[in-house]
This record gives sequence, structure tokens and C-alpha cells, in this order.
Amino acid sequence: MALMLDRVTLDLRGRRVLTDVSAAFATGRITVILGPNGAGKTSLLRAAAGLIAPSAGKIAIDGRAIAAMSRAELARTIGYLPQSGDVAWNMPARDVVALGRLPHRASAADDIAAELAAMAATDTEQFAERRVGELSGGERARVLLARVLAGEPQWLLADEPLASLDPAHQLDLLDRLRGQAARGVGVVVVLHDLVQAARVADEIVMLRDGRVFASGPPAEVLTQQHLRDAFGVDILLVADAQGRMLPVAAGRIESA
Amino acid sequence: MNRALRLGLLALITAALFALSLMAGKQWIPLDAWFGHDPRWAIIAELRIPRAVLGVLLGAALGLSGAVLQGYLRNPLADPTVIGVSSCAALGAVASIVLGFGAGWLGQFGWAMAGAGGAMALLAMLTARAETPVVFVLAGTVLASLAGALTAFLISIAPNPYAIAEAIDWLMGALTDRGPDDVMMAAPFIGAGVLLMLFTGPALDALALGEDTARSLGANLGRLRWQVVIGTGLAVGAGVAVTGVVGFVGLVVPHLLRPVFGAKPSALLVPSALGGAALTLAADSLCRLAPGAGEVRLGVAMALIGAPFFLGLLFREGARQWR
Repeated sequence: MALMLDRVTLDLRGRRVLTDVSAAFATGRITVILGPNGAGKTSLLRAAAGLIAPSAGKIAIDGRAIAAMSRAELARTIGYLPQSGDVAWNMPARDVVALGRLPHRASAADDIAAELAAMAATDTEQFAERRVGELSGGERARVLLARVLAGEPQWLLADEPLASLDPAHQLDLLDRLRGQAARGVGVVVVLHDLVQAARVADEIVMLRDGRVFASGPPAEVLTQQHLRDAFGVDILLVADAQGRMLPVAAGRIESA
Repeated sequence: MNRALRLGLLALITAALFALSLMAGKQWIPLDAWFGHDPRWAIIAELRIPRAVLGVLLGAALGLSGAVLQGYLRNPLADPTVIGVSSCAALGAVASIVLGFGAGWLGQFGWAMAGAGGAMALLAMLTARAETPVVFVLAGTVLASLAGALTAFLISIAPNPYAIAEAIDWLMGALTDRGPDDVMMAAPFIGAGVLLMLFTGPALDALALGEDTARSLGANLGRLRWQVVIGTGLAVGAGVAVTGVVGFVGLVVPHLLRPVFGAKPSALLVPSALGGAALTLAADSLCRLAPGAGEVRLGVAMALIGAPFFLGLLFREGARQWR
């Protein structure tokens, strides 16, 4: 199955943020959206989640426009994890995870089973009764991921889930996203960290100025030339133990 | 103790306070007067039952509105006064008293409801294009200030001192001398408003994670805004229209109940309606039991009961509830 963006153009408050963007997100794979600040990564993710309507173009799941789907059906199909991890009320982690079940009209037993499975997949059972305000950043990120997983979505769209996590928690979260992809979920994730993007991505969509600048497998997209042109920095490609080329920003390019 | 048990206990406390409200007054009427042909039954039937019923309606409207607004605005400081509906209803009522529009209670009620309706319409228009709580609070606060200024202006141009006294007396809010007519006028509006608000639970829960997440969970935020504006407007507007301005309940009751029922907005709706009714009944009974020839004002009694509870809660819980 595929979540497709077909020549999507998007205006926000009179400003064009995406122009003619086409992309396909497949189930069972991790697609990373990369690009400098202001390139339109978050807008692309929000449009794909059906949160903002494009001014032109079509967003569809297997040919069916998401605009034609009901709120509840779309909510059951696509899980959205925003960058802000704010929770307005200091609820127990268990209650936050349970919010993921809101779009479902399932039996209480099904709801509880899905919540427990989501908490098991994120190792959050042990602090189910603790309030979110008392959790560390890493624990809270896992609880918020569990909230999305509890909804059992076919696609998981996450906006910079690694922000404010230390390296160990970053790797842990990416492993969990990989686990979801292995179970058949289509994972689309906005990242800033080029190294993590190179490690985790099956596909990369690189944006610049609201347009798709490059897309494809990491080896094709993460070239020195592409990164130089998109980000304006000199990049070193360093091979890791598995022979993957990891891009490291080495210095800014002085514009002529 | 599970939720049903806690809710049952709260309902029991509210029922006990309802009974106390029928007994308490300058004339204490014990329970045994309810049976047989006690002449004091007339006091209960004609004065105290309507007054207690009105207390329940007003308290439920204010408590539930407070819980809904705090959930909707994701702000523990929110209460019905921030949306300006109370002040605009008060403006309508004062205009009818001072300018002599509409004779008697029905005219005053109509004018107060018109004030509340105007505030709701204006608020809905101002916030229709911006789905952020900040605009809602700002618009409501400005509306409340404007209505307050206009009310003061009307009082200052009042034709005679009796009108001034009546307007100021009304503004202070009370359940004193309210009869079955007041209950009949306010009940349908408060009932409709409460019903609208009781269905906001799931959307308010989703909103705890922010607007984008709420919509990604299928919440219809446009409909929620209408439910909040119309629901609080009808309930609070009708309450203010028959009792005058009564503050405090909407702000304090959800905070008092969060440690008992949890912080999830939907879990607070029914308890806040019950808790608001209980606090109002307790305060109104206290009004009548206080020594002296006159009655203590409802708003004053409310603060005397509610504030120590609230400060005690702050002392015990610290910032735990809100962090």
C-alpha cells in the first residue's frame, strides 16, 4: 500500500510553502524527509496527515483521496506524532496512551489490548501510573510514541522525534520505528540529523525551498554534491562498520 | 476506590447539601416538618425548594462551564468570566433595570439573555478564523471589560437612586427570593447548555496533546468551538440572568476535583457539575445561617467556603496538578 502525494502545492497564510511535491510512502518502509530549516518538511508531513489541505494536487492512499475519507477513518489510518511533546494536563502515562484509541469505536477489551501492546512495544509499562510531568525526556518521548501506536495506524508520521533526546535514546527510538516498519507500518519521519537519516532510511525525500530536491535510496540521495547544494555545507562521508556512508557536516561553504 | 464509587459519594454529598438547604434559614425547619400537616411546609414548598433547585442549576452550569473552558483553553486559570458572557448578561439586565426596558422579571431575563447571546455571537465571529485559545481568551477578556465599562456607564446615568440601588444589588448575585418562575425560565437554557457541554469530553481529551494531534485523532475542532461557546453561553447566561453575577465556582470546582477524579478533561465534566451544585448549595445555606437581620451575599459565602479549600489544595499538592 502507498500513501501518495501527487504534485502537491500548499499555501499557508498567502505564502507558498510547497510547490509541485510528489512523493510515495510505502508500508513496511521508513521514509526520511530531510532538508534545511524552512524547506517545508513539517508542512509536507502535516499535509500528508490530512491536517492541512493542499491548494493543488492530490494526496491519496491506494488511489483513494484522503480528503474523501471521514475524520475517524483518516485518524485510524494515519498516526501523527508532532514535534512538540506538550501534554496540557499532568495525566498518568496510561491515560495519555489511551488517547490514541479515541478514533476507534472498539470494545473496552480491544482498547486495553491495544494500549498494552503499544506500551510493551515502547517499554513504558513500568511507568504507566506515573504522571507525564514526572517523566524524563526520553521516557516521555516513548509514552507519546506509545500513544500513536495504540491507535494501530497503517502509517506513522513523526515530526523530528529525536529532538531533545540524547544519543542512546535517539538510537532506541529509531530502533522502535524500525520495529514498526518490520511489522508492516509505513513510517515517515522528519529528521535533522544526517547521520541518523543515513542509518535508518529506506528512502529519503530531500526538500529545498518547498520543492523535492532529490529522492530515492540513501546512497543515491546523500551525495556530497546534493548535501552541499541543499544545506550549504561541506560534507565528509564516513563509512561505518556495515559499509554505509554516513554524512558528517565539516564546515560552512562561504558563498561567493 | 473506583470512579463510580467516588461519583456516587459526590452525588450523596450534593443530595445532603440539598436537604440542608431546605432546612437552613432564619427559620430552621427540621426534617420532621416535611411530614404531616406542618404549616412550615409552605416555606419549604414555595421558597426553599425553588431556591435549592436554582442553586443546583446555577452551580452545575458554572462548575461544568469551568471544567469545559479549562479543558478547551488548556489553561487552569480559565472560568466562565474569561469569555465575557457573564458580564454581557449583566449588562443586559442592568440596561433593563436602569433604562426601564421590559417590565418585571421576564423583561430583565430577556435582556440578560440577549446580552449573553450578543457576547456569544461576537465571540464566535472573532474566533471563527483563528483556532487558537489565545484569541478566545483575549476576545473574551476585552468583551468582559467593555461590558463592565458600559454597565458602570449605565449606572452613572441612572435616572434615580432606586434604579442604582436595584442594579447594584442585582449585580452582586444571590438566590434570595427567587421563585418557581425563575426556575422555569432558566432551566431550559441551562439544561440545553449543560447537555451540549457534556458531549465535549473526547475532543477536550484529544486537545490536551495540542491542536494538530487533536485533529489527527479525528476531533472536529470547529464543532467543539461551537459547543463550548453556545453551551457555556446558554448555561452561564441563563444562570446570571436569574441570579446576578456569581463568581468563583467555575474556577475553583475543577481544581478541587482534579486530585479525586484525575486531570483528564472528560473525567472532570460530570463531577464538576455535581461539585458546582454542592458548593453553591453549601454557600447559599451559609448565607442564610449567618447571624444578623440580612443575608450574606452568595458570592461572599462562596469565597468564604471555597477559598480555604483551594488554598489548602495548593498547599498540599504544590504544583503537582499543573506541571
